[in-house]
Amino acid sequence: MPDSLVIRNLHASVGERPILKNFSLTVPKGEVHAIMGPNGTGKSTLAKVLAGHPDYVVQSGDALVDGQPILGLEPDVVARAGLFLAFQYPSEIPGVTIANFIRAALVARQAKGAPFDAKAYYAELYAKMDALKMDRKFTSRFVNEGFSGGEKKRCEILQLMMLKPRYAVLDETDSGLDIDALRIVSEGVNAMRGPDTGFLVITHYQRLLDHIVPDRVHIMWDGQIVHSGGKELALELEEKGYDWVKKELAHA
Amino acid sequence: MSAPVAAAGVTDNALQSAHGGKGPATLADIRRAGREAFASLPMPGRDDERWRFSDVRSLSLDGFAPAGAPSTADASRLVRGSALTADAEATLVFVDGHCVSHPALSAVLVKAGVVFAPIEDVVRERPELLRDEALRHPALLGGAKMLALQRAWFGSGYVLHVPDDVELTKPLSVVHWALAEGSASFPHALIRVGARARAAVHEWRLGAQPDLRTLSVSATDLHAGPGAKIERLSVQNWGSAAQSFEIDTVTAEAAAEVTSVNAAVGARRARLENVVRLQGEGADVRLLGITVATGEQEFDQRTLQVHAAPGARSDLLFKNALLDRARTVFSGLIKVEPGAQRTDAYQTNRNLLLSPEAEADSLPGLEIEANDVKCSHGATTGQISPEELFYLLARGIPLAAAQELLAQGFLEEVLTRIGDAGAADAVRGMLRAKFHS
Repeated sequence: MPDSLVIRNLHASVGERPILKNFSLTVPKGEVHAIMGPNGTGKSTLAKVLAGHPDYVVQSGDALVDGQPILGLEPDVVARAGLFLAFQYPSEIPGVTIANFIRAALVARQAKGAPFDAKAYYAELYAKMDALKMDRKFTSRFVNEGFSGGEKKRCEILQLMMLKPRYAVLDETDSGLDIDALRIVSEGVNAMRGPDTGFLVITHYQRLLDHIVPDRVHIMWDGQIVHSGGKELALELEEKGYDWVKKELAHA
Repeated sequence: MSAPVAAAGVTDNALQSAHGGKGPATLADIRRAGREAFASLPMPGRDDERWRFSDVRSLSLDGFAPAGAPSTADASRLVRGSALTADAEATLVFVDGHCVSHPALSAVLVKAGVVFAPIEDVVRERPELLRDEALRHPALLGGAKMLALQRAWFGSGYVLHVPDDVELTKPLSVVHWALAEGSASFPHALIRVGARARAAVHEWRLGAQPDLRTLSVSATDLHAGPGAKIERLSVQNWGSAAQSFEIDTVTAEAAAEVTSVNAAVGARRARLENVVRLQGEGADVRLLGITVATGEQEFDQRTLQVHAAPGARSDLLFKNALLDRARTVFSGLIKVEPGAQRTDAYQTNRNLLLSPEAEADSLPGLEIEANDVKCSHGATTGQISPEELFYLLARGIPLAAAQELLAQGFLEEVLTRIGDAGAADAVRGMLRAKFHS
């Protein structure tokens, strides 16, 4: 599957505690897949493991970005291979402005020593901030410092739009958002949908999927996908609740 | 010319030949007193609390000598490289302690009575300015021996006098270059800003080559009159084998506002002693320190904030980033005298260790003899937050660049408090270069 994000038979743990248990999923480029599931089922662990977070240990399995294995690589190498993680709780980075931060991320993707086109960079940055209804003054704000929940998530989407990854994993991007912010963030993601990008949208609630309509919905339970379906599965889950998953699906 | 500066038995003749021997009595008096004090004082010892954590065993003032005046070619090359303060009203340039450029002030400022001149000119034209009591400030924080040596060789440096109610809109700049290997220089800055007057002065201490071994002992006496407003910036970027001692005294009268910034970049070992005396009601002094320590560098910072008047405020923030096997020592004391009610005094030292072999020692202290005060001090020494680092890595920024970006972010809190954006940029550039040295 060269044009896909492929996760195969992934087992991963935090310390001694197994979290991902034989997890498999394929997200073809150009599609939006949603993972839904109750808290504690391993959704955020999946996101962190894919991004190469050092606190998680992979026991076995594969993850490939367009055929390139990414497990075991340093997080910066994974990112440059084309995987972007939008954080559930983005870190505050004192003293580093948004403009310098995104610039450093773009410079890291250039050939070493290549000139950086600052003029084009700012033109693009401002255009994307306008689309996300972010005040241009944000460029000189320190990354996420003193931001509201909504501002942090908008900042994540701004980075996503600037870095143009092959695959984006959105970890609970809807948490902490009011309805206006949710709409703006969703519009940003929808504007990026297209044949060049695949999305894995992790969410606890169905409401985000009203705005970012998925091609496929997967239900996660105890470290693995237990059920998959079309976008209507999210509605069904919303209606029946996670107890339904527990009774009907988890031990099927 | 090549008499060692610290050897016993330095003669009057040797001293006078180094400075032309034409000084008036005041100069000779200052030097004689300095010489006598130097002879009688011991070198700091390991049991001296004011040198705690400093590497006193390797401390030596031997092996340096004042250098002669630079060649015309060297002087003009260095003067060309001295435009560090963009938009400076005037720039004084010294090379190995010799003044090589002394542009005239504008007619308006001269008419207003502003003096900004090398001490050698002041000796000739305004000798009364050198009788200033500021020259008698003792070194309270351990550097008495070094200050005595500085006075024994007194004659380099400058005087800035701003009369009452005169506002300088553009900063003044002073650039000290070390050029000759083994050279010693002893500049003094005598800054007196009158009531309600306003001035900014930037002092740059630079090595003409990156690896020079030189000695500098500088003394600064800054006096802010009632309601005066001063920003002072001292940037130390000597060659990598240099020894540097800066002994500063800041005195703030009623409602004076002073910002004093010390940036430490170069030298093998550099020590800053800064005594601030808030002696008028409502005085407001901000003290900022910023350091990137690399290699085997030792930066030693000793501060004293004395609140001698009610309702005054002092706020100190020193941030050090350490790499390699570098060391920093911060020792600061807030002293609130009886009667200094409604004091607001703060002292913060934060150290960021970027290497397991780096070491930062911090000794904050409070001594309060008044009962209605707001005082706090805090010291933290830590490493880069793993979560912050992961966030940067997850954006594709490689480890070294991510650590550098976070360290620069750590320092930014100090840099953004420097009033002059151009000067802050110049300091930022010097600090960033240290991550690639």
